[in-house]
Amino acid sequence: MKGTIKIDSDQCKGCGFCVEACPNDVIEIGSQRNAMGYFYAVVKKAKGKDDKGCTGCSLCAIMCPEVAIEVYREKR
Amino acid sequence: MKKVFGRPKTLKPNPYHYCPGCGHSLLHRVVAEVIEEMGAEEIAIGVPPAGCAVLAYNYFDVDMGEAAHGRGAALATGLKRVLPDHLVFTYQGDGDIAAIGTAETVHAANRGEKITCIFVNNAVYGMTGGQMAPTTLLGQTTTTSPGGRVENRDGFPLNLSEMLAITRGSAYIERTSVTSPAGIRATKKAIRKAFEIQLQGLGFTLVEVLSPCPTNLKMSPLEACKWVDTEMVNFFPLGVIKDITASEEAQDAH
Repeated sequence: MKGTIKIDSDQCKGCGFCVEACPNDVIEIGSQRNAMGYFYAVVKKAKGKDDKGCTGCSLCAIMCPEVAIEVYREKR
Repeated sequence: MKKVFGRPKTLKPNPYHYCPGCGHSLLHRVVAEVIEEMGAEEIAIGVPPAGCAVLAYNYFDVDMGEAAHGRGAALATGLKRVLPDHLVFTYQGDGDIAAIGTAETVHAANRGEKITCIFVNNAVYGMTGGQMAPTTLLGQTTTTSPGGRVENRDGFPLNLSEMLAITRGSAYIERTSVTSPAGIRATKKAIRKAFEIQLQGLGFTLVEVLSPCPTNLKMSPLEACKWVDTEMVNFFPLGVIKDITASEEAQDAH
C-alpha cells in the first residue's frame, strides 16, 4: 500500500463520484448515514494480497465536490 | 506519509449548501486552488451571482461583493476600475449571465474590461426549480417545457461564449466541463490562464464551465455527468473559442 485517503464522513453527501473515479476500486458507499442523512463513502477493507489498494493517485479527491477527501502518499 | 491533496486555504471550512454531485462545489474548489497557487489571496475580489451560488461568499476566503441579479460584470467593472491591480472575477450561472445579465456582459466584453467571468452552464434554472433557461437544449424537458424545448416556440440554446468571442474587447474565452478528472484539470488550466491574461491587462476573459445539475435534470450525479458529456457537448462544444495570445504566437512563428 503506497497511499491512503481520509474521508470526512460529516461532509460527504454520497454522490458516488469518488467510487466511479477510483481506478483500483478502493471506495464504496457505506450503509451508515451521517448527520445530514446521506449514506457516506467509506474505504473498502483489503481483500487479500491481490488487492492493489490505494496508490494515492488522488483522482477521488479531484472529483470530490465536497472536498471531503484528503490524500496521503508515502515518501519515495 | 506526505499529504498530497487537501482543502485549499482559500476555501473556508464550511460545508456546502449545494446538492450532492453539484458542479458548483467542484468549481468552487478549482477556483480556490487557482487563487492559492497564484498567491493572489490578497488581491482577489469575487462577485457572486443570484442563483444557486448566491452564497459563494460563505465559502471563498477572499474579498467578495454581491451583485444584483445579472449585474456581476457591471459591478466587476467598477471594482476593477477603482482597484486596477486587483484580480476581479465574477462567478455567474447561466440564468444570471445569459438571461437577465446579457446586456451587462456583452457590453463589458465589448469595452474590453479587464475582468474574468466564470460562467457555470448547467442548462436549467437551478435555484428556482429547474425551469427552462436560455441555455436549455432543444428537446430537453424542464418544468416550464414539459414536452421538451421546441425551437419555433422557445428559440435555440444561446451560445453566449461564441457571441462574446465576436466582440473586439474579449481576449480569452474557453469552454470546459467539470464532469471528469481530465475536465477538472482542463478547467483549472483555463481559469489560471484567464486570470493571468486579466492581470496582464489584455482584455475581457471568460471561462464557460459545463456543469451537472443532478437535482433539476432528475438524474443521479453520475447520470448527470454522462448527460453533460454526451448530450450537452453537442450544443456547447468544448475547447478554446478565442485566445489572442495564441494568435500572436502563431503570427510570430510564421
